[in-house]
Amino acid sequence: MEHYNMNLTLKVWRQKNKNDQGRFETLQAKNISSEMSFLEMFDVVNEELINEGKEPIAFDHDCREGICGMCSMHINGRAHGPWDGTTTCQLHMRAFKDGDTITVEPWRAGAFPVIKDLTVDRSAFDRIIEAGGYISVNTGNAQDANCLPVDKNKADLAFAAAACIGCGACVAACKNSSAMLFVSAKVSQLALLPQGQPEKQSRALNMVAQMDKEGFGSCTNTGACEAECPKEISLTNIARLNREFIGAGFSSEK
Amino acid sequence: MFDAKIPAGPLNSKWEDYKGHCKLVNPANKRNLEVIIIGTGLAGASAAASLGELGYKVKAFCFQDSPRRAHSIAAQGGINAAKNYQNDGDSVFRLFYDTVKGGDYRAREANVHRLAEVSGNIIDQCVAQGVPFAREYGGLLSNRSFGGTQVQRTFYAAGQTGQQLLLGAYSALERQVALGNVKMYNRHEMLDIVKIDGKARGIIARNLITGELERHFGHAVLICSGGYGNVFYLSTNAMGSNVTAAWKATKNGAYFANPCFTQIHPTCIPVSGDHQSKLTLMSESLRNDGRIWVPKKQNDTRKASDIPEEERDYYLERRYPAFGNLVPRDVASRAAKERCDAGYGVGTSKQAVYLDFAAAIERYGNIEVGKRQLSNVSKEEIIKLGKEVVAEKYGNLFDMYAKITGENPYELPMRIYPAVHYTMGGLWVDYELGTTVPGLYSLGEANFSDHGANRLGASALMQGLADGYFVIPYTVGNYLADEIRTKAIPTDHPAFVEAENKVRETINKFINIKGTKSVDFFHKKLGKIMWDKCGMARNEKGLKEAIEEIKALRAEFWKDVRVPGEANEFNPELEKAGRVADFLELGELMCIDALNRRESCGGHFREESQTDEGEAKRDDENFSYVSAWEYKGDGQYELHKEPLEFVECKPTQRSYK
Repeated sequence: MEHYNMNLTLKVWRQKNKNDQGRFETLQAKNISSEMSFLEMFDVVNEELINEGKEPIAFDHDCREGICGMCSMHINGRAHGPWDGTTTCQLHMRAFKDGDTITVEPWRAGAFPVIKDLTVDRSAFDRIIEAGGYISVNTGNAQDANCLPVDKNKADLAFAAAACIGCGACVAACKNSSAMLFVSAKVSQLALLPQGQPEKQSRALNMVAQMDKEGFGSCTNTGACEAECPKEISLTNIARLNREFIGAGFSSEK
Repeated sequence: MFDAKIPAGPLNSKWEDYKGHCKLVNPANKRNLEVIIIGTGLAGASAAASLGELGYKVKAFCFQDSPRRAHSIAAQGGINAAKNYQNDGDSVFRLFYDTVKGGDYRAREANVHRLAEVSGNIIDQCVAQGVPFAREYGGLLSNRSFGGTQVQRTFYAAGQTGQQLLLGAYSALERQVALGNVKMYNRHEMLDIVKIDGKARGIIARNLITGELERHFGHAVLICSGGYGNVFYLSTNAMGSNVTAAWKATKNGAYFANPCFTQIHPTCIPVSGDHQSKLTLMSESLRNDGRIWVPKKQNDTRKASDIPEEERDYYLERRYPAFGNLVPRDVASRAAKERCDAGYGVGTSKQAVYLDFAAAIERYGNIEVGKRQLSNVSKEEIIKLGKEVVAEKYGNLFDMYAKITGENPYELPMRIYPAVHYTMGGLWVDYELGTTVPGLYSLGEANFSDHGANRLGASALMQGLADGYFVIPYTVGNYLADEIRTKAIPTDHPAFVEAENKVRETINKFINIKGTKSVDFFHKKLGKIMWDKCGMARNEKGLKEAIEEIKALRAEFWKDVRVPGEANEFNPELEKAGRVADFLELGELMCIDALNRRESCGGHFREESQTDEGEAKRDDENFSYVSAWEYKGDGQYELHKEPLEFVECKPTQRSYK
């Protein structure tokens, strides 16, 4: 692979805290190697800002291998940037060329208030899980793991839904800031497995109610969430959630 | 206070016996007992969920924005359990034996046996929570094999086993949050332990968003904060992984055990330049099918594809014909370093070796031809069929490699090099997972207990969950049963005030140094010293130099570091400064420990202690002990030795030839 260096212009969202209005700041990133990851490019820029006595750009990141879901940059109008099925930390500078201007914003959604610069508060997701994203089983109550066979196809589908990393790109990509892909992935994972059956109705109802309470928008089946999801969670999960939700409405005994 | 508290009696009945006799706390009293948990990875989240279910008042802390982000999530390969679902001769004893042997006879037998005993329950628990493990067509769970074992006992969820297990523990934890049994403190970092009358009674934590310092009381404190691999700057750990919680415990009297035992994983993507911020692992499972080689000629600049078969050196197959490419991690890592140091490395940096799938692709292609009963098949078609099989097995890893390097591993061999991955050392704990400070416990990678000098693949997840789900609920109860008369201590107690003042002083010091160099500058320098002199190979001269260099670097750090921003705001640079300050102390202790251990064992290779063929040589006569270090003031440590006794596993020199 041919390596090259480039100079870039960054337009980065700066916001001191949640009460600050915020603005774009234009910065130069010089001598950036095509082998760097996008976040390593930010490291270089931040190092320079510190050396100049300025405040570095605050952004969320942790594992830097695409699995923790912490990184969350809206790059040139796309959640996690130009590569499909890729988190910001796995995006590499080969995606850009010398002289490019790159606009970087935080996730934009009312339910994800900005903490500082590119860092947002996603605790709404935890509260949605608290509303029912689990199977009610205490430690030590489990039967032997193989006593209940699970259809392999369903297990595979449950795994595909469970691959969600909770990054919030689906919300950021959605024009309505809907969290339906996130909610549906958890509802699907558990509804597809026999262990999740007993609570499947209350789970769907409670998680959707919490989602609404947090201020996420409605789903209009545009599909931007699926297109931007770094784990390529399928839109069919939303169909499954709708089925569970409507089914619960008709047949719930409560 | 230096008693491992190993129950008497035969090895296989110790844990049953302990559970039958430990003290219990009645439900009404549990509601008044508070437990603080630091870290929400597999160990912390499972402990928080289980203790919450029991009815204790739990407060859990993590520095990330959600407990679901903890670095357990990045574990790829799998989790071991002695289920013997494959009927291939596995048993609790074999898992126990493999783990002690794999740890090069530097782990405590009683702890490891308990780990093997509860391993099966972990799988049951996770399946009940809805963890989607890989399954066979009959609907039963699937297993695969991992390094250092001869049975198939590894359960997995594609290459995302850690993620699925952590999300299982996370949902159990969030369920307890909803029920009001656990209070979760996200974006909080523990910055000190509060001790009252010699017992751990609480912590000082910083709210990372507002910068506020908070005092939290607990009848017991559990440190579940993971490993300290980031002392090397470059490692497979997450950027935020740190030793701070464990180090504050050390400075408050908890002993730190075997700090020099570091696992260097052989198959990681090599460093590409000075900008590198972290390294990425390629799962050990790849060594099932990949062949590792370098050119036979030094400084060979030809492309891999231009080097003919007879000019390639498959050095693992050459040196270790019995195990070949599947030797344990420590052996494979050292062999790669040896070739690169001798000038046979590949790639632009020359610090890499090839991991080649060409042979596997052809082999799988031929199998497919047979399976499908095809005839007159061209070489290209065979390769195409083979690539499909390899993609099914390792697709996500190949994709990850391609994203990072920009090279297609189906066409070109992968370039790999060893990287720091896991730390076997950690807080010294007794059989009950208690440190030397009463009321202070440590679980998971943060403690030292189960992996000796080298951890086997797929055992870290097992240990984290064993400690959290199945061990601590019993052992912490045994302590708390005597605490039912202790009322919650108000946090205006002088010990809390003093601890908070100390933390505030340190934070103000960071902000006020106003030096000229960033925190990362010092972290990178420390990492280089550690990697060069306390990395894959260590010797007396290098370690002594490293100790002096670290001391000097630490002094420079406290004079010249620049931490921008304020203390009372969201300030990631300030967070980093605190963590690096602790690494600058721990790094020195690691070198002191490595210097003291004049033998080679597991991941610890002292150049002075090797066989004529360059293999690691253990010295059981002089070093069959756990090194437990007591902090005695800046740069001063006192060594306490816990002798290791082997009743069931008699130590032998490991050989893979």
